[in-house]
Amino acid sequence: MSDASKTPVTVLTGYLGAGKTTLLNRILSEDHGKKYAVIVNEFGEIGIDNDLIVGADEEVFEMNNGCICCTVRGDLVRIISGLMRRKGKFDAIIVETTGLADPAPVAQTFFVDEDVQKNARLDAVVTVADAKWLSDRLKDAPEAKNQIAFADVIVLNKTDLVTKPELAEVEARIRAINPYARLHRTERCQVAIADVLERGAFDLDRILEIEPEFLNAGDDHDHHHHDHDHGHDHHHHHDHGLKHYHDEEMQSLSLRSDKPLDPSKFMPWLQNLVQTEGGKILRSKGILAFQDDDDRYVFQGVHMMLEGDHQRKWKPDEARQSRVVFIGRELPEDAIREGFERCIVS
Amino acid sequence: MSNFDTGGEAASIVSVTDKVKPVSLGMAITAVHYLGDRAAFVGTEESVAVVDGEGEISKVEVSGGGILSAVSDGSRILFGGDDGKVSSLDKAGAVSVLATDPKRRWIDNVALHSDGAIAWSVGKTAFVRQPKGEEKSLEVPSTVGGLAFAPKGLRLAIAHYNGATLWFPNMAGEPEFLGWAGSHLGVTFSPDNKFLVTSMHEAALHGWRLADSRHMRMTGYPSRVKSMSWGSGGRFLATSGADMVILWPFVGKDGPMGKEPAMLAPMKAKVTAVACHPKQDILACGYEDGTVLMVRMQDGAEILVRRNETPPIAALGWNAAGTWLAFSDESGEAGLLRL
Repeated sequence: MSDASKTPVTVLTGYLGAGKTTLLNRILSEDHGKKYAVIVNEFGEIGIDNDLIVGADEEVFEMNNGCICCTVRGDLVRIISGLMRRKGKFDAIIVETTGLADPAPVAQTFFVDEDVQKNARLDAVVTVADAKWLSDRLKDAPEAKNQIAFADVIVLNKTDLVTKPELAEVEARIRAINPYARLHRTERCQVAIADVLERGAFDLDRILEIEPEFLNAGDDHDHHHHDHDHGHDHHHHHDHGLKHYHDEEMQSLSLRSDKPLDPSKFMPWLQNLVQTEGGKILRSKGILAFQDDDDRYVFQGVHMMLEGDHQRKWKPDEARQSRVVFIGRELPEDAIREGFERCIVS
Repeated sequence: MSNFDTGGEAASIVSVTDKVKPVSLGMAITAVHYLGDRAAFVGTEESVAVVDGEGEISKVEVSGGGILSAVSDGSRILFGGDDGKVSSLDKAGAVSVLATDPKRRWIDNVALHSDGAIAWSVGKTAFVRQPKGEEKSLEVPSTVGGLAFAPKGLRLAIAHYNGATLWFPNMAGEPEFLGWAGSHLGVTFSPDNKFLVTSMHEAALHGWRLADSRHMRMTGYPSRVKSMSWGSGGRFLATSGADMVILWPFVGKDGPMGKEPAMLAPMKAKVTAVACHPKQDILACGYEDGTVLMVRMQDGAEILVRRNETPPIAALGWNAAGTWLAFSDESGEAGLLRL
């Protein structure tokens, strides 16, 4: 999904009331010299005059390919093909989902549809979260948890409505589910456009360049520093008393090996894993060092769908370490770890 | 086809490339129709380029935005636009706006009946307007993928998720639903009114025998079928989607059930457009690499009309008499061949 000639598509999710429309209005009204086509669910909420706003119906259908979680947004296929009639009239597409939507069918559309793939590339899933109410929604709304787990970028909005300890609490809950997403703390969605658009989060070549620490699982402190270093964060406080939560339902799992992997074992294992557990695995990513292979192999996936490729030569000074991460629901951690271990060349 | 000479081509294939009148339309093209004896190339947005037999181009603005669909009966072309308008262009070059969506929603599909009735769809709703102006609408379970009028009677087929709906706008009673899991996009009736065929989101066609709704699965394509054309008086359905033309037999009461399709004109590129000759057992096909061929259905004999020149062929069509073949690639490099 790395071809620069393809129109980038940003998926904007967030539970009801989190501030998606506020963010969208900001993106459309800011003076950035770019023109966006926007696919929305509620016509009329956008206060900006733009003839490239299209209403969608979030119509999901199952592909007849025997893969039970292989659902696709058919309306997106149609709308993106229609928008391509006006290629050159806009720079990027933003897809706003409803507050209750699962981002997976949107992402999967970009993995399976030949026409969509030809013209557009998925850039990132951006989730707007309400700092005051997210902790509650994570308890009672599976959709909210899904959206956090799926995100590449999380805009934690309405931080002015919570105290510092409350903010630390909600961040810790987010990190318990998804330690890899970029997190931006905002009031009224005041976030730099460059932090939410053109992220290249699904670009196999860029995933690892932009976020070299994306696989540093479990270490919230490191990750926060990483965010801060990029200067996105004006609420910076070194909260060394940060709590570590464990979400009972949704987790991330990171695996690594300094010894090379056997591709003839790893690939079938991964394929089989996503076939059997793909319903639980929301996102997967990895950099792999295979035995007798001087190229880095990178892959990413959404549920049962995977795409991967040899990326580039390992650099001479680079540790040939394989790293794999899964974000999902009730992941069979022990079985996954054991399976991965068996792929390591002994 | 014996009246074509080989035109000095070195290759073994017979060529008529030197008989093609090339036309540079200067705009991106999605389809070609005819208005009397002129070819009308439909642009991706706003305009139609009408070209006469001499290659003279006149551009007509028919839409305020992207043109999402276009159909023709030979005397007028009906358009659905992303500006929420259904418009038409007639032989005299007059543009009329026939319907406007009050919310400016996209007109995704249009259809034209031989008696002058028109149909269009907006989201899940299909509309029919009869020649006297009476308008009716029907909501289907999901967004309309395609529309087609039956060859006889006022009956509209509406393709959508998980099947197609057959609607008689003038009859009381529930529309008939033909089910098949998946997303159905294009839809066409066989000329004898016995079969309905849809092109699906996946690389397959699905058909129903209308007498008993018996299913016909037509699979095996490497990619989605976007162009379908009935040939030889409805005895064959020619389709794109593979690196050759796939020709399904619709002879006899069972249609293609239990039969193998014919596979013609294999190339190293995918077929993007097919158009069967209205009178003879000949078809024209255009490929992803810009090649255009004429193919005899009977034995697959090929005649080269246009060499591969990179952009895919987006538009291909015969006039009603079958004396003209017009084609264009996506970028608007077009050609006219008089037979």
